[in-house]
Amino acid sequence: MSTHIDKPSLNASSENAREGLPDNVGQDDHASRSGEHLCASARTEPDAEQLEEFKELERHGLLSELSRRRFVQASSALAASLAFGMPSPVEAQEAPHTQTITLQVNGQPQTLSLDTRTSLLDALREYMDLTGAKKGCDHGQCGACTVLIDGHRVNSCLTLAFAAEGARITTIEGLARTPDPKAIEDLSAVQAAFLVHDGYQCGYCTPGQIISATAAIDEQRKGDLSIVSWHNGQSDRPELTDDEIRERMSGNICRCGAYPNIVAAVRAASKGASA
Amino acid sequence: MKSFAYSRASSNSEALQAVRTRGASFLAGGTNLIDLMKYRVEQPAALVDINHLALAEIKRTEDGGLSIGAMARNSDLANHPLVRANYPLLSQALLSGASPQLRNMASTGGNLMQRTRCYYFTDVSFSACNKRNPGSGCAALEGYNRIHAILGQTDKGAANGETCIAVHPSDMCVAMAALQAKVGVEGRGGKRTIPFAEFHRLPGSDPSRDTTLREGELITSVTLPPARFAKNAFYLKARDRNSYAFALISVAAGLDLDGSTIRSAGLAVGGVAHKPWRVAEAEQSLAGKSATAENFAHAADLLLHGAHGYEHNRFKIELAKQSVVRALTVAAHGTSEVA
Repeated sequence: MSTHIDKPSLNASSENAREGLPDNVGQDDHASRSGEHLCASARTEPDAEQLEEFKELERHGLLSELSRRRFVQASSALAASLAFGMPSPVEAQEAPHTQTITLQVNGQPQTLSLDTRTSLLDALREYMDLTGAKKGCDHGQCGACTVLIDGHRVNSCLTLAFAAEGARITTIEGLARTPDPKAIEDLSAVQAAFLVHDGYQCGYCTPGQIISATAAIDEQRKGDLSIVSWHNGQSDRPELTDDEIRERMSGNICRCGAYPNIVAAVRAASKGASA
Repeated sequence: MKSFAYSRASSNSEALQAVRTRGASFLAGGTNLIDLMKYRVEQPAALVDINHLALAEIKRTEDGGLSIGAMARNSDLANHPLVRANYPLLSQALLSGASPQLRNMASTGGNLMQRTRCYYFTDVSFSACNKRNPGSGCAALEGYNRIHAILGQTDKGAANGETCIAVHPSDMCVAMAALQAKVGVEGRGGKRTIPFAEFHRLPGSDPSRDTTLREGELITSVTLPPARFAKNAFYLKARDRNSYAFALISVAAGLDLDGSTIRSAGLAVGGVAHKPWRVAEAEQSLAGKSATAENFAHAADLLLHGAHGYEHNRFKIELAKQSVVRALTVAAHGTSEVA
């Protein structure tokens, strides 16, 4: 089913850290296993109505040892869900709306059955094996999840998968010049520039930075403005100065602070060079 | 996130019909709504996706103004040739907000419907929030209120069920207020037009309502009158970091000049109230006067009349006055001058 091209060393260095580890201990699994993914396992727990029934039985001394044990388990599951913000058994019992969806990612159509709540980011990472886009904040503040939709950069964490149906989605995995890049020449100009200029440290934000930079360069080439363009009196066809790059890349946070090299990489790529 | 049914509307009438489902909301760009759903502040039972309605057009109106489709994206609007040339104030305000990614997603109508970024509204672990949980009180009044209102707020004490000191977070709306836009909406009862000043409301006795939009109404367009401030406009935004942050204070200033004499002015302030703050007397005080710092300061005083600050945001009163003078000064020098 998967059309994922496995090229971790070219996509993001954080993926390298996961090599040799079982699938469930990678650092981003923790971040991505939010909310709804836990529902499936919680669904077998008794719901609030059953809990009330147990309590009623206990009040009348009618609870058998077996039922008592189930009640204790259920109560602690409820307590855990309150303490850790996991979906409560009640919530898990809400009928999920599951529908069929076909997403066009990196030129490949994929048909999935998804809960309507699934973000495009989770659809890519959890159901399509495309782990290049990263989950940083999951609230549209960090830019690690940036992908292209019909050529425009967007935060995939705030995009519902269903809202993206019918659009062309491009992730970091689909950015290289060749489908199976082996050398730096096979990469896109922006990918190559990030390598040459060492535009990262830990690499977690890098796929988002590269996608965002790719779009930023396109936007500048078609003459789009930023607020810096207005402030510098360049409201016709602004050049991509370092101030412009910083403003236009402000939707991507790098917690390592690799910004000087990111700016250098974007500057080089915008001039059609990697070096 | 609470489970919801998803559907896509292909026409306005289909959207208006679908949103009649109990607990249904329209889904436009989703940048604010999906976020609030993740926080469980918003819990719609159904989402009606309006992204595919034919509402993205930006075109000149017969009277020489501009009609903006409700689904026009913030980035497309900011870069539209007619907006750049005739409404630089709007382009600047849009480009001062959010990030490039969010501006690509966010729609014109959705921007109008943005909810406050008050921390106590966004975090459901605080029970006291009259906007989210009517009648529960206001945690911000005696909490950390750096980003909160200084004008038009309802302050009857933290425990009172009407108190609210939240501010509207939009940049775009501040410019639209100064430009005296009109909001076109469509509902079951037909179409109507709402003057911008009446679209957003002050908290009054019901902080849960942000706007005067009626249940089930769909925003279809925003219309701007013929341009007056193409040559002399400036959007100033004061914030804690230089990019990608909400305004502490923002000012949309437009001047229609005859030499150094002001024919008319458009002036609105953001980050200070539950809606973009515009005072007609402040604008009128500039008409027929010369563009001097003294006259600008007088307009600023009229705008900020009655301002009341709290423990962490008293600085906003003076910052707002100085920002108004600064924005008008830059606007008077010309739109393309260095800020």
